Amino acid sequence: MSGIPHDHYEPKSNAEKWVESRLPVIGLLYNTIMIPTPKNLNWMWIWGIVLAFCLGMQIITGIILVMHYTPHVDMAFASVEHIMRNVNGGHMIRYLHMNGASLFFVAVYLHMFRGLFYGSYKAPREITWIIGMLIYLCMMGTAFMGYVLPWGQMSFWGATVITGLFGAIPFIGEPIQTWLLGGPAVDNATLNRFFSLHYLLPFVITGLVIVHIWAFHTTGNNNPTGVEVRRTSKAEVEADTVPFWPYYVIKDFFALALILVVFFAIVGFMPNYLGHPDNYIEANPLATPAHIVPEWYFLPFYAILRAFTADVWVVQIASFVTGGIVDAKFFGVLAMFGAIAVMALAPWLDTSSVRSGRYRPTFKIFFWLLCADFVFLMWLGAMPAEEPYASLSLVGSAYWFAYFLVILPLLGVLERPEAQVATIEEDFKAKAKKSAKGAPSVAPAE
Amino acid sequence: MTHEDHEGTRRDFLYYATAGAGAVTAGAAVWPLVNQMNPSADVRALASIRVGVDGIAEGTQLTVKWLGKPVFIRRRTAVEIDEARAVPIADLQDPEARNANLPDTTDGADANRTLPPFEGDDSGEWLVMMGVCTHLGCVPLGDGAGEYNGWFCPCHGSHYDTSGRIRKGPAPENLPVPPVQFVDADTILLGEGE
Amino acid sequence: MFKQLAFAAVISFALPVTSAFAAGGAAHIEDFDFSFEGPLGTFDENQLQRGLQIYTEGCSGCHGLRYVPIRTLADAGGPHLPADQVRAYAEQNFEIFDADLDDYRVAKETDNFPANDSAGAPDLSLMAKARAGFHGPLGTGINQLVKGMGGAEYIASLLTGYTGEEKEEAGVVLYENTAFPGGWISMPPPLYDDMVEFVDGHAADTHHLAEDISAFLMWTAEPKMMARQQTGLTAVIFLSLLTVLLYLTNKRIWAPIKRAAKSS
Repeated sequence: MSGIPHDHYEPKSNAEKWVESRLPVIGLLYNTIMIPTPKNLNWMWIWGIVLAFCLGMQIITGIILVMHYTPHVDMAFASVEHIMRNVNGGHMIRYLHMNGASLFFVAVYLHMFRGLFYGSYKAPREITWIIGMLIYLCMMGTAFMGYVLPWGQMSFWGATVITGLFGAIPFIGEPIQTWLLGGPAVDNATLNRFFSLHYLLPFVITGLVIVHIWAFHTTGNNNPTGVEVRRTSKAEVEADTVPFWPYYVIKDFFALALILVVFFAIVGFMPNYLGHPDNYIEANPLATPAHIVPEWYFLPFYAILRAFTADVWVVQIASFVTGGIVDAKFFGVLAMFGAIAVMALAPWLDTSSVRSGRYRPTFKIFFWLLCADFVFLMWLGAMPAEEPYASLSLVGSAYWFAYFLVILPLLGVLERPEAQVATIEEDFKAKAKKSAKGAPSVAPAE
Repeated sequence: MTHEDHEGTRRDFLYYATAGAGAVTAGAAVWPLVNQMNPSADVRALASIRVGVDGIAEGTQLTVKWLGKPVFIRRRTAVEIDEARAVPIADLQDPEARNANLPDTTDGADANRTLPPFEGDDSGEWLVMMGVCTHLGCVPLGDGAGEYNGWFCPCHGSHYDTSGRIRKGPAPENLPVPPVQFVDADTILLGEGE
Repeated sequence: MFKQLAFAAVISFALPVTSAFAAGGAAHIEDFDFSFEGPLGTFDENQLQRGLQIYTEGCSGCHGLRYVPIRTLADAGGPHLPADQVRAYAEQNFEIFDADLDDYRVAKETDNFPANDSAGAPDLSLMAKARAGFHGPLGTGINQLVKGMGGAEYIASLLTGYTGEEKEEAGVVLYENTAFPGGWISMPPPLYDDMVEFVDGHAADTHHLAEDISAFLMWTAEPKMMARQQTGLTAVIFLSLLTVLLYLTNKRIWAPIKRAAKSS
């Protein structure tokens, strides 16, 4: 699978040969797990394992919850209470699933921003990046539909508002919205199809994850230097890399265990901290809660959606040019999906010949601003749609688009990058020597 | 050389400890996934139920649902009691009592199948048994049905007498008596109690 | 690198918590001191039993507890009443509509508390989780992190928050309340001093009553809280041990690679 030369699996026993000549599955697993991995990966490279764990945990706890849940508007809320009160350990499984979604998004955002900083999206890893964006889109769909299932007030009104977005599409919007809902409003038909798709999408994600891994195993991992593994000889490869097992498996597991300590503390002691109290009120189509706020992981894009109101000049121009077809509502929807689309286009928007942000001093400043902008938008998304939050959202959205559409293309031309290390081996040695000097007491002479 | 050996042992121990702790963690995570499929608290709460029997007149029968199956609670007439007690054990197709409240080997005399009242001697008035034919699980008809004036299973023609014992037909066993007791003069408790 | 990781984790978990934001600006929520607060807090059996009595004699006139099975009153970690008392309690206090009988009958312990919408009052089963007492500051959710979600505090503050002022709007009498968002609530003050008499002689002034019923409603909303905290604690301890072991193993495995890099 890998483009990097390394030892391949050789079946030894007759049984292994028998299997391998019929289905080379042992070899496939061996080559996957023994893949040469750059020696110098830092702690931002652990999120992939955390994500894989989240996917597994969500699928397992989800399948269990389905055994006790009833997707019907009259019974959904009560069946969740049944899980919380009667099912053996049901409260724990439900809270794990509920907070697992948050851990999933924490990990995916850190994973994505890792990629943005170290240029992991750049050639030849564009397909890995695009598949990753597709996974992210599927995750958002899954999380959104999953949030509807408990049939609380936020479930119902969140579903109403988000499906309302599709109604903003000119001409075909309303038929599409009706088709999505299976009726004029969110009701039993909506709940049932969301349940079905919420169950289906994780398996689509699983498939995409396999392709994602396949893709970056073909190109090899990126690493903090952005310098490729030398692959002209096996000796060079061995100087630059270590096999994934055991070196990175153990390292990743260590990080995962540490993260799970925090995760279980949250699940055990404050499982509703990231949720919304209104969702403990059964859905009522006749009364809207005072504030409809999506889950935290949607907030940055929700802020972008709301930022473009009819009195923003960009919106007015768009409306004028298109003869009113693109109104403020539709513009907001376009902006929200556009904010994700520009991220997906990063491989072609970034013109720099240097991959890693480590050697790009000006880029670093704009990158950290982007991170701050993301958190800022997240905060704004939860604020009521009034001043000054509306104007601030506009500023935040503007920077988001500017980063991808203006800064990334221009920086590649204008910026003077620092000198890069020649090889991964060199970088690893420098780091090892630095840590030895920096902490002499940790590594006693042997 | 001894130094190297020592280090090797220490390394092995660390690896084994880590692998062991990992395995225990994974194992601990698996148990809840299995246990959640066991009956939930609401189902378990119905494993024993109380039934008021003061409304049952002599010669009538109350059918209640317990553990998802029908239970016959019959207050027998003197005629039924006499008829049931007159049958010699040797005439029974199934000579055992099939009474969950008595040891397995108890014989199928009528006195071993009836439910003693809260106080006083057992007159044989109360008969409580599962309403599930021991042949293939149909619910037998009651109120003196069949050739033995007890119950008759319409599915394959099993005849039970006034003590619920199989007398004719394909059913292999007497209708079983579930765990049951009087908890006061008017109430019986079906199931193992709390 | 650890610092980066920790920083990232803190950012992602702490900052974006925004559900904490809500309206009602001036509403005042007192931070009551409940026994079940904090990671190792436990429900106070006696307090829950008193709360049950207040619910039965007061609140149940208008409010239901439709998601709460009566039998759970016997649960350890909850009110922990003896089984026969629970049975008697169900029989004496509630009638349930039985779909099989197509008629009302006396409640059994295996039934849930009945729903009650005779007065249009909300069900109380989950009220302590459906309200958050603490918010902000500025939508960051830090207060909830420090003080807890404050559902029980909200209920207690609401019950003690009546000022005595009344007004009539569109034929509905509204009562001024310092804890209620908007300041005017349609529920008349439900508690008054000594409205119930406790067998254990516990004080029954409004403030104590409010505390007891709020604790009881926290239990009805989250009956498995103690089991959950125990599981959480076990998991945290065990995973911490595993983390330490994995840290050492990781160090040990990488040692030769790093040694080679240093010496060359």
